[in-house]
Amino acid sequence: MTGKERIARRIAREFHDGFYVNLGIGLPTMIAGYVPAGIDVMFQSENGMLGVGGPPTDECADTDLINAGKQPVTELPGCSFFGSEESFAMIRGGHMDMSILGAMQVDEQGNLANWTIPGKMVKGMGGAMDLVAGARRVIVAMEHQTKDGASRILKECTLPLTGQSVVHDIVTEFCWIRVTAQGLVLTEVVEGMNVVEVQARTEARLLVSPDLSVMTVDALV
Amino acid sequence: MNKVVPTADDAVVDVAPGSTIMLGGFGLCGIPENLIAALVKRRITGLHTISNNMGVDGFGMGLMLEAGMIASHIGSYVGENRRLEALVLKGELDLTLIPQGTLAERIRAGGAGIPAFYVPTGLGTVVAEGKETRKIGDRTYVLEQALHADVALIKAWKGDRLGNLIYRKTARNFNPAMATAAKMTIAEVEVLVEPGELDPDHIVTPGIYVNRIVVGAAYRKPIESKFIQSGGAL
Repeated sequence: MTGKERIARRIAREFHDGFYVNLGIGLPTMIAGYVPAGIDVMFQSENGMLGVGGPPTDECADTDLINAGKQPVTELPGCSFFGSEESFAMIRGGHMDMSILGAMQVDEQGNLANWTIPGKMVKGMGGAMDLVAGARRVIVAMEHQTKDGASRILKECTLPLTGQSVVHDIVTEFCWIRVTAQGLVLTEVVEGMNVVEVQARTEARLLVSPDLSVMTVDALV
Repeated sequence: MNKVVPTADDAVVDVAPGSTIMLGGFGLCGIPENLIAALVKRRITGLHTISNNMGVDGFGMGLMLEAGMIASHIGSYVGENRRLEALVLKGELDLTLIPQGTLAERIRAGGAGIPAFYVPTGLGTVVAEGKETRKIGDRTYVLEQALHADVALIKAWKGDRLGNLIYRKTARNFNPAMATAAKMTIAEVEVLVEPGELDPDHIVTPGIYVNRIVVGAAYRKPIESKFIQSGGAL
């Protein structure tokens, strides 16, 4: 199992029946593939759809039916379409149970940076700033370190922020971290690793939950 | 009442250089591709565009950019347009990136007679710099201003000669909001029907917002992810 798959599988276990969830582009999109049996989750795509289904076959792709990553998708029974202003009204208005996004950096205050590298990258924030400001629970799904081995979980973000004190949880291939008023609290560590090893890969200071447990990624039965 | 014009060229014949133009669409989905093509033929310059994206190299608004027509742009994501990125990094195009939901609401407000409004989005980020903030209850909000345009170019699925419009699937996106926020709204549709044929319960954009309507001559409607993968081949 790859690190990314482990992250996706673990987060999918957080879903409750009846949740409305927005998945960010990239790693978070993988989570849709691991929704536990018996749990109905409605995925929202901020370009104006609730009830997003999986990818179509090439010959069934409809150019008027895409997700926020601009990939063709399908309709689930009971899906609905709406304009961008309504899509973000439901996001900003606190109607999304969960927003799951990737990140470049997260810090001890729950600040998130995931949209720009000054002087290098001109892409834009898309809907990320609205999602983190409006969703009831914001989960960052990302690999723990950069390709060069640098920590992405910092004492303080150095890149321009997407949102200030907006992250509730951070999930990586190694662990689950909860953002609290006291700081970052390690609540789960993956089998085969210990707290010291996770801290060694993390710039931010990690507090350890008294209820620390093993991060389980098996599909729920 | 008949708002139908014969061709996309006729529809944009009097769009002036230096105009502020809203363009509907999300990525390449639901963009007014025939109106964009007609505008590109006219090569008018100094345009200030407002659109979520900027097309891709070789299609959609990317064609306007390549023709040197755009002076400034307001959008939320332009990551699929490398030419734009290069122009901005060189300082040759004035780009303002704002959150997608704030963009949508600023347009909606523009059409609804609301000059400004508070949102939580972007607080503590560059988006809030220089803007008024206000604490309401236990949360601090950022004051955002409405957006207006001289012209809105939008794409719908079906319309009638009164300008009533319905959209198809996720091709709706920014189109209905933009239809309300410009002095002149020009809609292109795939299918023109007689008044009364659209179920009044299903009309998304009532004709009051639409000044001109034209049937698009042809639609390519590429899927953006595949268009980019294939290097622009359709």
